[in-house]
Parts: sequence; structure tokens; C-alpha cells
Amino acid sequence: MFASSEFRDNRGVAAKIDVSIEHRNLPEEARNEKTQDPNTCPKCESHYRDDELEANLRVCPHCGFHFPVRASERIDQVVDEESFEEEATDLRSEDPLEFCDVRPYPERLVEAELKTGLGDAMIIGRAAIEERPCELAVMDFSFMGGSMGSVVGEKFSRAAESAIEHGVPLISVTASGGARMQEGILSLMQLPKTVCAVEDLRDARCGFISIMAHPTTAGVLASFASLGDVCVAEPGALLAFTGPRVVQGTTREKLPEDFGLAEPNFRYGHVDAIVPRPELRGLLAKLLRLFANAR
Amino acid sequence: MPGEAELRLRERLSRLRSLPLLRGARLSGELERLQRQLERIEEGATDEELWKFVELARHDDRPYTLDYVERLFEDFVELHGDRARADDPALVTGIGSFGGRTTAVIGHQKGRDAGERAKRNFGMAYPEGYRKAMRTMEIAERHGWPLITFVDTPGAYPGVAAEQHGQGGAIARSQALLARLAIPTVACIIGEGGSGGAIAIALADRVLMQQNAMYSVISPEGCAMILWRDGAEKMKAAAALKPDALHCLELDVIDAIVPEPEGGAHTDHDEAARLLGEVLRNALEELGGASGEELRRRRRARFRSLGIYGTRNGVTTAAPQAR
Repeated sequence: MFASSEFRDNRGVAAKIDVSIEHRNLPEEARNEKTQDPNTCPKCESHYRDDELEANLRVCPHCGFHFPVRASERIDQVVDEESFEEEATDLRSEDPLEFCDVRPYPERLVEAELKTGLGDAMIIGRAAIEERPCELAVMDFSFMGGSMGSVVGEKFSRAAESAIEHGVPLISVTASGGARMQEGILSLMQLPKTVCAVEDLRDARCGFISIMAHPTTAGVLASFASLGDVCVAEPGALLAFTGPRVVQGTTREKLPEDFGLAEPNFRYGHVDAIVPRPELRGLLAKLLRLFANAR
Repeated sequence: MPGEAELRLRERLSRLRSLPLLRGARLSGELERLQRQLERIEEGATDEELWKFVELARHDDRPYTLDYVERLFEDFVELHGDRARADDPALVTGIGSFGGRTTAVIGHQKGRDAGERAKRNFGMAYPEGYRKAMRTMEIAERHGWPLITFVDTPGAYPGVAAEQHGQGGAIARSQALLARLAIPTVACIIGEGGSGGAIAIALADRVLMQQNAMYSVISPEGCAMILWRDGAEKMKAAAALKPDALHCLELDVIDAIVPEPEGGAHTDHDEAARLLGEVLRNALEELGGASGEELRRRRRARFRSLGIYGTRNGVTTAAPQAR
């Protein structure tokens, strides 16, 4: 079962690609793969030190390209300092199907935890933005492609419940390849589970703001991420139920250059706004004020 | 190690034996047949044996939604169009009389011959299809009619126009409406329960699944392409995904298994419809007493409970910053 010949690709990028559902077709990252450097802008090829990028919210100062942001850093970017209190930190994925492809699922989980320091692909907790309380559910793409399994579904549900309990809006930030195949049908069941959580939020008249970062695809787009009272995309983010490579492969259609990106999604009316990262905190503060007024 | 594995198998078998294979249906003869199937699987189904379910679920002669509607509903009237853009033939909706009561129906529809298959887009709906489904859900809600859905799709259509018209959002909103309805709802997987396209109409009070149907987060072919990087490994992928009815029952994803005629639903459409009709009637009967509010609360609680996870107390592994 643990044949060593099967450990053929354990480069970080490949492992990340392996687990996302059907959507490993991320043009920027494909290019990044070539340069092998996460701090080189895939669009204009400018190179930055990590602290430079961090200080600039991981937006390329030269061309405005939005680099991926880890969940904890995203939280630091938007919430008031020291206001974040993480919840449900102890949840961990199990292996209900005893799933083994070329590698056993538990091994992928351990590797992801070691690599990211996270228990799973979502962090939830209470926070304040410009002194307005809110609940956060933030995904991290670097944990198995941000894939949604039982833990992500449970954490999102708990975040919704916590928002209801405290009567505050929920803000989600998504970065996910979709459902986590290694949990089989149970990962599909996280779609209706998170949808039910959003419906509970609506019944409790708690606001729900969905921030869609790159990529927000498949199972996450087809569930809670699309259901925000307000849906906001990051510039250049891929927001697609099916990613470009699979669409191309299945239908042989000629794809538009900007297929599935935030910009055409905005044109077709699927999101309320495309907001550059430096403006995100301000927008969230404004929305929290408005939602608080309505109560 | 072998002793432990065997113990685990035995435990699982005893748990499976206690599950409501038919959930109150009055079909004791069928129960025995299901038990036999269960034992065969428990004895360690090979990849090929599990693949048989995939083949049966996709069998060309398997009854489709309209085959069941024709046999189970009287006075059926099909409702077309999403009132915004188009009518999607990959998903049919309508109202009819089921067991003497007006009932709304939604179901994916595949085609029997080449021409119809193309017209029905192999049962792969566009967002227009899910919007039509939502329109029918609203009619049912307005009039207090129960809703039955038949799930049979390889998946929602993965095309450029489908994306432009909002495939992801349509699937999300269809589920959201199903989570809100105050009427009894029953979903049955009758063939392929393919991922988001399936769950879009399967968030129901009771979720049933035919004996030889499959329900999966991704097609075995797609899974093989991604994890094995080779579509030819589809049998291994199917075995790993465990998309058969017994596994879905064991994971609480479905509430009961609907028996099929010996050999599969394709061998006898009339008998397959009779068996399905019986279980559907029972399911609706069971839901009959509850108020709309109660149904909605229980439905959400049902899906809230799905998922298997653990906890780890204490500090997590120290975080090396990847970026």
C-alpha cells in the first residue's frame, strides 16, 4: 500500500494541483510553475522580496496582479488588529472511504498540515472590522487546493451558527478548486450542507458577504460562495463551475481569452463588484455598517 | 493486521444489516435480494464488480425520468421554459397526479436514440434547466403540492455558454430554494447522480437511490484523469469513490435503497416503475403528517449532519510559511 515508487510527485505545486476537482487549469499558476518562484509576478515578471509583497497586500506594485493570499494573512489584511478569535481549531479530516489513489488520503492530509500549519482548508472565527463585529470563514488554497470536504463544510456551518448566535454578518473568502474527491460522495454533501447554513443565516436576517478570490470553482461556487447577499470578486480570479481545460477538453469549444474570470462574470451579472485588494477592508467596513443599520 | 481488517469488515456488515434498506416499504421479497447483494459487496467486491454498478447506472435501456412519469403519474402536464431565456430539454418538469394527489415532478432526461440524446444533451442541464426546476418548485410551494425529483445526469453541462449563464450560481440557488420549501420533497437517484448537476435537485426530505444507480462527486473517468492522470484507470477510481447505493446508505447520504427487477431496471421498465412507485408513495406518506415548518427544519438538520470528521486537541503543527 505504501509502495515508495508511488511517491512520484511531491512538489508542492503538483500536490496542490492533484487534489482540486477538475480545475488545475489556472493559467497564472501554470506560468508560476515554470518560474518556480512564488514571488515573481506571472504577469509582468517583476520579482519581489516576500516582505515587499506582504506590505503591498500581495498585489504586484508594477502591474496590479493579485498574488494568492494565505488564509491567516488575509485575515490580518482585513480585520482590526488583535480582534480575531479563531473557532473550531480542533477539527480534522478523517478518511471515511479509506481512499487511496496513487497515495493514501491520510498521507496527503498529514503532508498538507505539515506544509501549511493548518488543520484543514478553512479558518473560521470572530473578528471586528473598523470596530464592527463579524464572523469570518476564510479558505486557504494551499491546503489541498482549498478543497471542500467534511471539515470545511462543518466549519462553514459552525461559522454561520456563530454569526446567528451573535447576530452579526458572516464574511466568507473563498479560494478553492471544489469538492475534495478523496471524501467521495460526502464531499458532494457539503454543498447542500453549506447551502442549508446560508438559508439559516437568511432566516435569522444575518448578512452574508461572499468574497471570491482566485480560484472559486466547482463545488464551492455551486454552493455557499454564490449565495452572498453581496458577492465580490478579486480582479483576475477564476470563478467557474467548470474550469477552462475541462470545458475545452469536453466540448472542443473555442474558449474566450478571459474565460471564467471575474471580469466576464461581472459583465454577465454574476457578481456585484470586482474589488482590488487594497479596497477590500474599506468595502467590508462599509457593508458591515449598512447591515448593522438595517437591523 | 488481517485479523483487525476482518473485524472491521464484520462490524461494518452488522451495521449495514441493521440499516433500513427499504425504509418501511412493503416489499419483503425484495429485501432478501438486497441483502444478498450487500453480502456480495461485503465479501470484498473487486474493481470490476463495482464497475458493474457504473455500467448498469448508465445502461442505454435504463428507464429515464419520462419512462417513470408515464407509468406513475396520471394527467401529467409538462411545464417548459425558465421564463428568462430558454427551455432546457435535458431537465423536464411538470405536474401530474401521483397516487391521487397533484404532485410536481422534476427530473433529468437522457435520450434513447442518437437524435434524442443530442437534443437532451445527454441529460446535462444548462443553468436554464435549473431555473426551470426552480420555477416548478415555486409552483408546488404556492399550491402546497409535494415534489418528487428524479436524478439522472452525468453532471451539469460544462460549456462556455453554461458558464456565461451562471452554472454555479444556478446550482447553488436551486439547492437554496429546496432548503426553503415548506412542502414534502422526495428525491430519487435513478441512474447517474453526477456531482453538482445532481445535488442541484436532490436536497430533499427523503433521498432514495435505486439499487443499481450511482451517486458521486465526480465521474470515475474525471477522477482517474486527475488523480491517476490516466482516464483508463476509471475502474480503480470507481472502486475508490464507492458510488454505489450501499455505500451511500452506509454514509447516511441516502435514506433507503429502491429495489430493481432482477438483472436491473432496464430488463423490465414496468416492474422497475412499480417498485419505485411503491417506495415513493411510502416516503410521501411518512412525510404527510409534518407541518411545512417542521419539514424544513428536519430537512436542514438532515443535511447539517452529513460528513465525517475528527478532532485533534492541542496545538497544531508549527506553521512553516509556504509563501
